[in-house]
Amino acid sequence: MKNFHVAIVGAGVIGSSIAWELSKNDLDVVVFEKGSDVCSGTSKANSGVVHSGINSPVSSLKARFCVEGNKMIKPLSDSLGFSLKMIGKFVIAKNEYEAKIINNIKKIGQENGVPDLEIVDENEIKTKEPNISCYQALWVPTAGIISPYEFTIAFAENAAINNVNFLLNTNVKDLKKKDNNFEIKTNRGVFQSNILVNAAGLNCREIVSYLEEPDFNIYPCRGEYLVLDKEYSDLLTSMIYPVPPKELGVLGVHITPTIEGNILLGPSAEYINDSEDKRSTKKMMKTLLKEANEIIPIFPKKAVISAYSGIRCKLASPNEGGWADYRIEESKKTPGLINLLGIESPGLTAAPAIAKEVLRMISKSLKMRPKLNFETRNIRNINISEMSSKKKSDLIKKENRWGRIVCRCENITEAEIHKALNNPLKAQTLSAVKYRCRAGMGRCQGGFCTQHIVRIMEEDFNININEMNLKSANSKLFYGRTREKKND
Amino acid sequence: MINLDIDVAVIGAGPAGLAAAISARENGSKDVLVIDRNSWLGGILPQCIHDGFGVEELGTSLTGPEYSEMYIENAQKLGIDFLAKTMVLELKKNLEIIAINNKGLYKINAKSIVLAMGCREKTRWNVMIPGDRPSGIYTAGVAQGFINLYNIMVGKNVVILGSGDVGLIVARRLKFEGANVLGVVEILPYAGGLPRNVVQCLDDYDIPLYLNHTVTYIKGRERLESVTISQVDENKNPVSGTDKEIKCDTLLLSLGLIPENELSKQIDIELDGLTGGPVVNQSFETTVSGIFACGNCLQVYDTVDILSIGAKHAGKYAAKYASGKNMISNCFVNVIAGKEVRYVIPQMISKPGKILFNLRVENPKNSAVLYIFSGDYEVFKKKLPWAYPSNMIEIEVNITEDIIKSDNDLEVTIDDR
Ligand SMILES: Cc1cc2nc3c(=O)[nH]c(=O)nc-3n(C[C@H](O)[C@H](O)[C@H](O)COP(=O)(O)OP(=O)(O)OC[C@H]3O[C@@H](n4cnc5c(N)ncnc54)[C@H](O)[C@@H]3O)c2cc1C
Ligand SMILES: Cc1cc2nc3c(=O)[nH]c(=O)nc-3n(C[C@H](O)[C@H](O)[C@H](O)COP(=O)(O)OP(=O)(O)OC[C@H]3O[C@@H](n4cnc5c(N)ncnc54)[C@H](O)[C@@H]3O)c2cc1C
Repeated sequence: MKNFHVAIVGAGVIGSSIAWELSKNDLDVVVFEKGSDVCSGTSKANSGVVHSGINSPVSSLKARFCVEGNKMIKPLSDSLGFSLKMIGKFVIAKNEYEAKIINNIKKIGQENGVPDLEIVDENEIKTKEPNISCYQALWVPTAGIISPYEFTIAFAENAAINNVNFLLNTNVKDLKKKDNNFEIKTNRGVFQSNILVNAAGLNCREIVSYLEEPDFNIYPCRGEYLVLDKEYSDLLTSMIYPVPPKELGVLGVHITPTIEGNILLGPSAEYINDSEDKRSTKKMMKTLLKEANEIIPIFPKKAVISAYSGIRCKLASPNEGGWADYRIEESKKTPGLINLLGIESPGLTAAPAIAKEVLRMISKSLKMRPKLNFETRNIRNINISEMSSKKKSDLIKKENRWGRIVCRCENITEAEIHKALNNPLKAQTLSAVKYRCRAGMGRCQGGFCTQHIVRIMEEDFNININEMNLKSANSKLFYGRTREKKND
Repeated sequence: MINLDIDVAVIGAGPAGLAAAISARENGSKDVLVIDRNSWLGGILPQCIHDGFGVEELGTSLTGPEYSEMYIENAQKLGIDFLAKTMVLELKKNLEIIAINNKGLYKINAKSIVLAMGCREKTRWNVMIPGDRPSGIYTAGVAQGFINLYNIMVGKNVVILGSGDVGLIVARRLKFEGANVLGVVEILPYAGGLPRNVVQCLDDYDIPLYLNHTVTYIKGRERLESVTISQVDENKNPVSGTDKEIKCDTLLLSLGLIPENELSKQIDIELDGLTGGPVVNQSFETTVSGIFACGNCLQVYDTVDILSIGAKHAGKYAAKYASGKNMISNCFVNVIAGKEVRYVIPQMISKPGKILFNLRVENPKNSAVLYIFSGDYEVFKKKLPWAYPSNMIEIEVNITEDIIKSDNDLEVTIDDR
């Protein structure tokens, strides 16, 4: 049995960014992910906001890692190639009472080290955001947006090309500590490691419970979103947040431009029992539209092209107010077990800083030697609609797949589908393609491109149609052929 | 960049594009080019392997592939050029088209352009169906394409939401391939598709039609497991206590079509909120001079026959425009959809003569009278034995110079008899 130096459970943004940090060193690292691609949990279903650090109490871990992570994101975007736009955000106050609250948020932000915060009046807001109605607002220039899956995939794919083993469709079912090693039981065999990193998100308690009695509970809290058609992208240019509601420990329903030019509306906040229950409900769809209308009176009614929901991993129950700090620590009872507990918002932003912290923790017990041939791959996808005519023509001459559009809404070409399917993680579901190149994410929601992607998967990648999945291993797309394919 | 200079450029090689191209050629245009992003010609028709095409136009019933083949052959005989696997990326007001295929980027200068981009299907989120997001949810047209063009089976136990023609025809097609079609669910009190399709596709195969019902919940975290259907009241709101869960692995959505006008929007061609297509005059010319529109990107037609006839007109006028024989007139009258009328085409008229109107009613009627008024003046009146929203009404009306010059809009209305 091969012994890994480090085993990571979970390939969300946390597991993936830790894997990438570790891959800079000469270590054998394995990542177990039960989904059929990385980023199949909370990391793909959130607001995609690079937070500034104004929303967490002074000297909390959340504040610290958020502010640190925020500063790391620009250089990471330059080298790894995920898109980043520092569009800034307004926290709006509707009346004098709320104006006091945003002043307070400003103070906390300043203490946390967030630069350039500014209270602006209605007129100033109107010049930037003519569709917004409010009394005053806090302007936060260091808030930005990313695509959460592109971000996570950038870490994971860069870790993979530096020899981290990603085992997809691999569920960690049991753990034992034997001598100084962990024995890791999965549906795909037993593995062994010196260090075990628990980055299982909502499942973090279960992972702990295999080894010891957990001293905490997880309270899943669902947040639903609606995605609007790109046609409405000029409704706003920055993010608009309300004053956070008093209860629940959440930020409230906000309106956010996405990196791809859509508009996001959400999230709602609802404590649920089942952490995998990612349904969209009629009630919340209505609520979201209603709240959006209060922020933008001209909010369009029939603009929704998609909906999704993400589950917050809360360590505090609603009775306790819903707020608890992150727990990033080595277990006292089980040395070598590094737990990342309750990594809810701003977890995306904090991830690169948390990863550095985990590396520091691991380097106490494992010797770190920098990898000599460490490689950085810029994963940026340049779409033909961003290219000059000459660039387009030249690319097509070099590889004619650039001339064949497969997704009509997002103008994605066959070349991009090929690149997506050739990813170093070998994730080959329809969603894996979608999250790598956006095919199927536009207003027709795959109406035109699905057949072309399926054809490419079958003909160029030899994937049997009966084995094609939407996302997870049991989300099959088809039920066989009606008649055998003729070779013509 | 590959440069082309042509007379009439047609975007879309579906039946509308083909008919328009043929007609442009027959009306004297030398260089006619049809561009389509698919690898085949014929648009949606090659996947419509059932018959029923051409009945009104040709007096015989053809299958979709037969019908389109006939047009394609004709077009090829006439020397019309095609660029397949070619996507039009950009349209410009000066009648320039930027297109792309695997040979390179094209700049096409045309003397006139016909838009024939067809339509796309509404999705789950156009009607906001709550629930999980499993695999096994397809739009009916996509499912039809998989079955008929690729021989791929999309499911075994199927519920269909929406009783438009596409939904009805796919219901029967699935039955032929051995699937269980558990029901067609329709929110309205009547079927959306043609009456003949209800009989031939559902009744003949004992497929239940749930009128006044809709899907209110989708369940399944991986593949679809069930849908919940509920009865709706007269305001289309679900009635509590009427929920019924149907176990199934596939949900097909036949929720209607949206005219495809991404390109039209690029150059601010005025669109009609009621049809979803461009505003046109009696010559099918849009609000951008030299650009004409036809087929399903203009309005969603019931049958190909009527669509082809309209498209031929568009092609003819495009040819005239290309040869410089267009009549520019600044004087026009607006045509308004009045009481009980969902929409009318053309939306404006700038030239007197016998003009073809297409319109749809708002609600089903057993007998009705159609009026066209110019102010108080009754321009036209016709008794209708029945009128359904799903049946487009066509009438030919003589519009005089005086009507166009008057200050009044032309208003089309429907009255109960
Ligand atoms: C509604 C909402 C909005 C948010 N908005 C923002 C925001 O705007 N900005 C921001 O910075 N943060 C935001 N966050 C927070 C951020 O999304 C999370 O903090 C972050 O994604 C957590 O990442 P993770 O890797 O810990 O969890 P996950 O992404 O859930 O990853 C855990 C992974 O572990 C896998 N796994 C679990 N159990 C096992 C097992 N037994 N075996 C194998 N694999 C397993 C899962 O499949 C999953 O892929 C938001 C969160 C929510 C819910
Ligand atoms: C399931 C189904 C059943 C039907 N049954 C019947 C029936 O029984 N009888 C009947 O008479 N009618 C029937 N119809 C209706 C008929 O098929 C349609 O009305 C007709 O195909 C519409 O023609 P069109 O040319 O407007 O659009 P389409 O056939 O959709 O063609 C449009 C073409 O434009 C191309 N295009 C769009 N944008 C671009 C771009 N930017 N660049 C390049 N190319 C582009 C598309 O690829 C497509 O090929 C049925 C339709 C369906 C879907």
